[in-house]
Amino acid sequence: MSTQREQRTDLVTTPSRLPVRELTLFATLLVAVLGVYAVMGAAYSTRMLVEAACYAILALGLTIQWGYAGQFNAGVMGFVALGGFSAMAFSVPVNEAFWASELPGELGVALLYALAAVLVVFGATRLDRLGVPKKLRTLIAVVLAVVLYLVVVNVLRGVTGEIESRAGFIGGLGLPPWTGWIVGGALAGGIGYFIGKVCLGLRSDYLAIATLGIAEIIKAFLKNSDWLTRGTATVSPLPWPTPGPAELGFTLARALYLSLTAVLIAAIFFLLHRAYHAPWGRMIRAIRDNEISAAAMGKDINRRRLEIFVLGCILMGIGGGVLGTFNSLFDPQGYLPLNHTFLVLVMVILGGPGNNLGTIFGAVAVYIIWIMSEPLALYLMQLAVTIGEGAFGWDAPSNLDSRALQARVFVIGLLITLVLRFAPKGLLPEKVKHHG
Amino acid sequence: MNEFVFFLNNVVIAGSVAGSIYAIGAVGVTLVFSIMRFAHFAHADMMTFGAFMVLLLTLLFPGAGSAVGLPTAVVMLPLAMVLTALLAVGIDRVFYKPLRAHGVQPIVMVIGSLGVTLLLQGLIRLFAGTGGQNLYVDDRKEIFRLALPFEGARAPIVITEPQIILFVLTITAVVGLHLFLTRSRLGKAMRAMSDNPDLAQASGINTNLIVAVTWVIAGGLAAIAGTLLSLDVTFKPDLSFFILLPIFAAAIVGGVGHPFGAIAGGFVVGFAETLAVFNWSVLLRPFRDSLPEWLTQAGNLAFVGTEYKIVVPFFILVAILVWRPTGIFKGKVI
Amino acid sequence: MPLLDARDVHGGYGGMNILNGVNMAIEADEIGVIVGPNGAGKSTMLKAIFGLLTVSRGEILLRGEPIHNLPPNKLVQRGMGFIPQEKNVFPSLTVKENLEMGAFLKPHNTRRMLKQVYGFFPPLYDKRHQPAGELSGGQRQMVAMGRALMAEPELLLLDEPTAGLSPLYMNEIFERVKEINAAGVGILMVEQNAKQALAIADKGFVLAAGQNRFTDTGQALLADPEVAKSFLGG
Repeated sequence: MSTQREQRTDLVTTPSRLPVRELTLFATLLVAVLGVYAVMGAAYSTRMLVEAACYAILALGLTIQWGYAGQFNAGVMGFVALGGFSAMAFSVPVNEAFWASELPGELGVALLYALAAVLVVFGATRLDRLGVPKKLRTLIAVVLAVVLYLVVVNVLRGVTGEIESRAGFIGGLGLPPWTGWIVGGALAGGIGYFIGKVCLGLRSDYLAIATLGIAEIIKAFLKNSDWLTRGTATVSPLPWPTPGPAELGFTLARALYLSLTAVLIAAIFFLLHRAYHAPWGRMIRAIRDNEISAAAMGKDINRRRLEIFVLGCILMGIGGGVLGTFNSLFDPQGYLPLNHTFLVLVMVILGGPGNNLGTIFGAVAVYIIWIMSEPLALYLMQLAVTIGEGAFGWDAPSNLDSRALQARVFVIGLLITLVLRFAPKGLLPEKVKHHG
Repeated sequence: MNEFVFFLNNVVIAGSVAGSIYAIGAVGVTLVFSIMRFAHFAHADMMTFGAFMVLLLTLLFPGAGSAVGLPTAVVMLPLAMVLTALLAVGIDRVFYKPLRAHGVQPIVMVIGSLGVTLLLQGLIRLFAGTGGQNLYVDDRKEIFRLALPFEGARAPIVITEPQIILFVLTITAVVGLHLFLTRSRLGKAMRAMSDNPDLAQASGINTNLIVAVTWVIAGGLAAIAGTLLSLDVTFKPDLSFFILLPIFAAAIVGGVGHPFGAIAGGFVVGFAETLAVFNWSVLLRPFRDSLPEWLTQAGNLAFVGTEYKIVVPFFILVAILVWRPTGIFKGKVI
Repeated sequence: MPLLDARDVHGGYGGMNILNGVNMAIEADEIGVIVGPNGAGKSTMLKAIFGLLTVSRGEILLRGEPIHNLPPNKLVQRGMGFIPQEKNVFPSLTVKENLEMGAFLKPHNTRRMLKQVYGFFPPLYDKRHQPAGELSGGQRQMVAMGRALMAEPELLLLDEPTAGLSPLYMNEIFERVKEINAAGVGILMVEQNAKQALAIADKGFVLAAGQNRFTDTGQALLADPEVAKSFLGG
């Protein structure tokens, strides 16, 4: 705590001048990007940049939660997957085989059953208003919930099984991808609201555990709901909002997509900047700087925290949608906690939690390291094998390539612990101004 | 009657197996939580590490088990516990102690432990590959079939050798832990530090020593839990991801900071899981004639499919956080 | 040589200085009492002696050896005991276990010291298997004092031992403090009940704004009209 204070006062007293630190860091980044272009070619490098941009959106979402409010979301992957799913469901062409049959009606009926069951159970929880003793009410509600749940699940199983065997999956809506991005953000925000409502009043550790869990559940759902997502069979291609590679060639099409994401990031960045300096942002900062005095001033802290958490989740959903559309493939198994949670976490911590510019820097920098570590790890591994065989007669395992990739897991872990220890405020620390 | 045996096999035995493993894992988590006040996410990977050590030792000395009539893996377990305990203490020295010395918030420790999770996972996969491996290298799993002395019970109760070992080890670990915490000087000091760390220091208790002891115990227990899990199924480097949520749910259900609450929580979660994936229509079969048709026709009356097993601990976690965040036995830290 | 000798102690929390040069010395068989208005730095001084906050200037000597800025567990080894004002027991441990924790550094003494502590506080013997968290405030204070005595300290620091207690328990605690002192333990305590405390004090220290205002024997301070007027409520 004390060191933090010292750093803060140090930052406050520094008079505003040319942002040397920012300029140096971004110049280094530019050199690195140009280096990748020179070595790996334009198409590959542009793809890398688009993906980095998508990760930057995710990182902005996390930096809001972690940097603005100290909430640690360990389930970024789940929100990203929701975004990706939504982008898929809205943009993929309509599946005639499904809509032409009587299946949509049956699915609708099943969903109506589900709705009715929810209403009945909800009604049962209100029975005490009619004079039913509270214990009896709870018993009735629980029994009803269990029985109705079994009934609805059975009906749903039947319908979804039919869909899978006759139509494959329900297909998409054939709408422009951006509708899916927006709905994906909304879905992620909704789940975030639920989790936040449960956990935000408790110790921050609980939020981490709960988000970790919900992410796994979302993934399990998307992976196993073949009728909705085709599960492991994956859905591709997803249409792009910009002209695709078939029309323009890889480099140009990706560059167009990159400009789209750049505009998106700029818009988010601008909105966040505005919000941060508006009364809402001041309140957020007041809470972050001194929770107790903010509460004493009559600010509804839990509500503000919930808003922040939901906002962060919405951004992750949108980012997930943009990323999913760009990959042009929806593969529920492709959502890995490692890539979509920890990588984003490293981006935020390294860049500077709470500092939007730092977060974008962190996103691009870490993504380059991540992508480039693959060939590098393979190279090092082969070097080790050559040396090992030569010096000790070591018999190398055959699946070395896949093992070398595991070195990246190690590197990400090492990065997290090192940054936490040596640069906990990131490369571009968030400036805390004295106000008032 | 056969349906009842089916229930025994699929719920009582399977639930006790899962419950034991979760219980031992959750005890470690709750001990670390009560001494160092953070949710240690790397615990599940310490379990994997322990199991991996057992695998390595078993591969090195495949004949050691037959000498004493136990599976080699079990004979190697004490050694693996020592190694895992050393690893735990080492990790604390290198990664957590500097953070503690900085006086960071608990949540930063949580993130640090996530970093350690990845380090361990990377290392284990680097050396063990990503596939599954059987801990029974040479010998076979013995399977005991106990026929029931009842009329019409044709199906036997099936229990495997590792499951029996698991029950014995769990009971030993729980009794040992109880004796340690209530009888030994260090165990009492651990409880004291969990009660009031400042006063513990003011009493002259060497808090660094207690932290180290906590890691030794947590590491040892993690090795047991990981090995038991791998014996029951197979060793996989990504075991941890399936077990992290259940053990946290168990620790929170039992009331964080209560070792015996964590054990109870482990069994709650274990049984809840097996009950939720159990197909209840099996039990309805004997009453086929007296039940309405729509009920008997439903082929699958499981609450969730096995692929959604992870939903169960999560549901328990959310329920307990909503209704009683301190757990069944009032926990110390919310 | 005095048992405890604090010279010109400066210190505080964060950047804020609360102690601005406090001097304090007590002999091995003495009771020292620190009194003064709220915010004078009484408890802070006790914590500074026990190594719970950084001493920025000055020195603290225990039997002539400098001890400032040593960690608490080292000080316990050197024969100092500290009883905080609040949270001074381990609530989920039994009374006996609480006492045993006091002897953590000298486990071989446990049995003998337990007997001695039960002698000082007979009620604790009857409740020895009860969790300390279930006891009344006065009994908890006894557990806390007993815990500190278990380490056989030469010097015992007490932070407002009678705060929040009924008058009955208050007298009881003062009696025990006198007995413990008679058994050869030096005492330094902070007290709100200044008159009663000074009555049993060999040395009294009146602090104000982090400095000594008056330093004398307890009786002399009680008799001093100026002390009485400004610090003892008339």
